[in-house]
Amino acid sequence: MSVPSSAAIPPPPTRSLAQRLPDLLVWGGVLALLVIAFHPAEIYKLPLLFSNSQNMQQFGHEFTKPDWTDWRTYVGQMWLTIQIALWGTGLAILVAIPIGLLAARNMSPPWVQMPVRWVLNLIRSAPDLVVGTIFIVAVGPGPFAGVMALAVNTSGVLAKLFSEAVESIDRGPVEGVRATGAHKLHEIVWGVIPQVAPLWTSYALYRFESNSRSATVLGLIGAGGIGQLLFDSLNGFAYQRTSAIVLVIIAAVTLIDMLSQAMRSRLL
Amino acid sequence: MTAAAVLSIRNASKTFGQRRALDGVSLDVAKGEMIALIGPSGSGKSTLLRSISALQTIDAGPGAITAFDGPVQQNGRIDANVRKTRTRIGMIFQQFNLVGRLTLFTNVALGSLGRIGFWRAALGLWPAETKQAAMAALHRFGVSDYATQRANTLSGGQQQRGAIARALVQKAKIILADEPVASLDPVSARRVMEILRELNRQDGLTVIVTLHQVDYALRYCDRVVALKAGKIVYDGTAADLKREQLIDIYGPEFEDVFWEGAPT
Repeated sequence: MSVPSSAAIPPPPTRSLAQRLPDLLVWGGVLALLVIAFHPAEIYKLPLLFSNSQNMQQFGHEFTKPDWTDWRTYVGQMWLTIQIALWGTGLAILVAIPIGLLAARNMSPPWVQMPVRWVLNLIRSAPDLVVGTIFIVAVGPGPFAGVMALAVNTSGVLAKLFSEAVESIDRGPVEGVRATGAHKLHEIVWGVIPQVAPLWTSYALYRFESNSRSATVLGLIGAGGIGQLLFDSLNGFAYQRTSAIVLVIIAAVTLIDMLSQAMRSRLL
Repeated sequence: MTAAAVLSIRNASKTFGQRRALDGVSLDVAKGEMIALIGPSGSGKSTLLRSISALQTIDAGPGAITAFDGPVQQNGRIDANVRKTRTRIGMIFQQFNLVGRLTLFTNVALGSLGRIGFWRAALGLWPAETKQAAMAALHRFGVSDYATQRANTLSGGQQQRGAIARALVQKAKIILADEPVASLDPVSARRVMEILRELNRQDGLTVIVTLHQVDYALRYCDRVVALKAGKIVYDGTAADLKREQLIDIYGPEFEDVFWEGAPT
């Protein structure tokens, strides 16, 4: 032992008020925000969930008797929605690969990487619905507007995720490839891509999952697919038809989730 | 650069922050030499090797590195045609630096990236010559059975032999090996050193190897260059490296750098 045994045991560490102040401010701030938002968000209506329960029961009762007469249409429209998600995600992957590499700190010089990131942040901040509305104006209502709305937003998200995966690679193998006299593009193809491939695929599949859900919502603004049917029947108070459509959506989305999760767990 | 020299380093310095990793190093390497680069940790051995294959720049100034009469880098700038020079310099790393998810065969075939067509290289359409060279190299080093296995499933010794096979497919004339045995068990380490020795003796390759184990340097190399704090403090035959010089390089605890017993 290097400490003499006669020395007093030092007291346990304490945190002064100045050190605790940032924590207190953050938690106090969050609490204050929740209090401020209480009324505007109508949280006082929480008891209505229980007092008006007969409305819910009525609604639920109709839902237990789904009307399957038009099931062919529902399945067809669901398939259309999935196809919108497929192309929306596919186009986004094609865009996100080069952009993701350009946005990675260990691949591009700062004067490329910084503006690319800035543009990506801008793209990501635009919600699907807003982008969808713009494309509906541009190319008219229908699935293609939905594809483009998904593609734009997903490009932004995937490019960001792809670039983060690239930033976490081991640079040893890349140097191993570089030392053979390889071209910069060959370094990426053989040194970088094999390292990020599992993560990239996983992210792309995950986005496909969430895009098949988003594509449903895009039907609301006229982008076609099952979403449009859903809102039409909901607006017509056709709860039994709505119930059948919802069941189709739940079944399809669950199936896609399960498939993509199975694929992702095999990758990593 | 003399007629037989394949590599010439002139007044190379490299500063990382406050630390001088290389401090005015000059070194000429003749064709067919087998040189051990020794010195304590942080003495600049790896920095020197990485500068020769232009994986990093040296400081701006009078420093210059030339290989096969072509400039590698000078005045802190890597030469525009460095890829041409790199194809003739094989690099072996302590951590092997194979691409873990690719098969051993593909890793070795990557050695031909610098000399085959751009699109063939990008798409992995290896020419028959590359495939044959890759299998021949793997077979020569006794790892051809693992050709279809992913590199990251192999042992360190197998991966390092794959890395040397890659340098062979590259048709490198100089092999730079940066601590090639530091991550290996003694048996694999000896095997790798013997392969490097064989490439030097039989294939006439010029080999520069950095080593922590001075007994390996003495056993396998003819010439020893010692670095200390970025300066060359010994450059001569292995036989002339005596106890006094080792104490000067490593300090009084120099026996620690021998795996199998220090000279008396």
